[in-house]
Amino acid sequence: MSSSIQTKNFNLYYGTFRALIDVNLDIPGQRITAMIGPSGCGKSTLLRSFNRMNDLIEGVHVNGQVLVRGEDIFREDTDLISLRKKVGMVFQRPNPFPLSVYNNITFGLEVHRLRKRREFSRIVEESLRDVMLWDTLKDRLDRTALSLSLEQQQRLCIARVLAMKPEIILMDEPCSSLDPIATLKIEELMQTLKAHYTIVIVTHNMQQAARASDLTGFMYLGKLIEFNETPVLFTRPADKMTENYISGKFG
Amino acid sequence: MIRAHFEECIGKLEKELMDMGDLVVQAIRLSMKALQTLDTGEAEKIITEDKQINHMRRDMEHKCINLIATQQPVATDLREIISLLDIVSNLERMGDHAKGIAQIVKMNGPQPLLTPLAEIPQMADKTVDMIRKSLDAFINRDADSATRIFNEDNTIDGLKERVYRELFRHMVENPKATTQATYLIWATHNLERIADRVTNICEQILFLVNG
Repeated sequence: MSSSIQTKNFNLYYGTFRALIDVNLDIPGQRITAMIGPSGCGKSTLLRSFNRMNDLIEGVHVNGQVLVRGEDIFREDTDLISLRKKVGMVFQRPNPFPLSVYNNITFGLEVHRLRKRREFSRIVEESLRDVMLWDTLKDRLDRTALSLSLEQQQRLCIARVLAMKPEIILMDEPCSSLDPIATLKIEELMQTLKAHYTIVIVTHNMQQAARASDLTGFMYLGKLIEFNETPVLFTRPADKMTENYISGKFG
Repeated sequence: MIRAHFEECIGKLEKELMDMGDLVVQAIRLSMKALQTLDTGEAEKIITEDKQINHMRRDMEHKCINLIATQQPVATDLREIISLLDIVSNLERMGDHAKGIAQIVKMNGPQPLLTPLAEIPQMADKTVDMIRKSLDAFINRDADSATRIFNEDNTIDGLKERVYRELFRHMVENPKATTQATYLIWATHNLERIADRVTNICEQILFLVNG
């Protein structure tokens, strides 16, 4: 299986604090990869490294490599706009723009002048269909996105990412503000999306990682302790620390 | 301790497993005694008390399922519960085999047994020893011990062959003894199956320890 994201001896520092320590990881395409670990273990930092969102934080520096589809994204000539288009991100709380449903999806296209205006309607429909919102919202596209339920807002945020035609979707606790049923619906959506995208999800919810992912990485104190097929990691983890964490013995 | 409740539930299940093992061992010992003394009253009692073993199995299965549903165990915790489910089922079937021997005692009635029982009580002693050791190995997560106990099944198979040969010889020499010889073959078969079920427990210990 071709790797979508690879890290090689990747280290990230917040000032003098080493938040990621020699992370070596190989995330395959068309699979869902979950990162788990206690708060502060570095899983979100790692996720945010994949599209260089950490650049926005002062004092961050890195060494080692992160390769996205074989390209070192920390090279100086990396085009961040194009990187973040290729590697989209969904956040913990749904964060739709205070605009209509339609404009939420076209906003990025317009800003980046990615498509011709006459294509917008088609892209809006495709994106909303992909997240299973089209049938519900097709007659209310001018409605403000803020009037949607939280789950619909999160779906819309995913649709907004899909409209940019990314290859990789990063999800940082995408269900933590949703109720259990809405959570399951988003997980189902992830399953349908993985045929076309590489999905990496950070979650505090171990059952979610077990249910929804194909591969799971366990991180602790900045290190990747174990990376394995999800059914293996949750039934016979190779590392004692993984076992203790997933069994609730610490964390 | 964030897992106190879960650990307590597992601890109780392990205790109940040992209690169930005691009941099964007792049923095997009593069935052997009933066979030796041709005590049909005792045999009847064993048959009745098997219900308690069946009840324990159902009760423990219920508790295991509840733990899976409510605690979402993973890794060793999950394997332990899966092993427990398998082991209680094997113990319950061992109880059925003891009941089978008791039924043979009833079928044989008061007529004296064919030959001195020779190796049959020896088989029973060995089997009971294997059960006890296997349950200890489970509690202690002792894979080495499980492998040793697994191999002891060969001794039981050897004893069974010897008893069978002796009984077949009786049947050939005295065809009128065929029915009684068959009873003893069944009793031997029951013991041999109990030992086979001990090997199933040993396999579960290896699964628990090694995954």
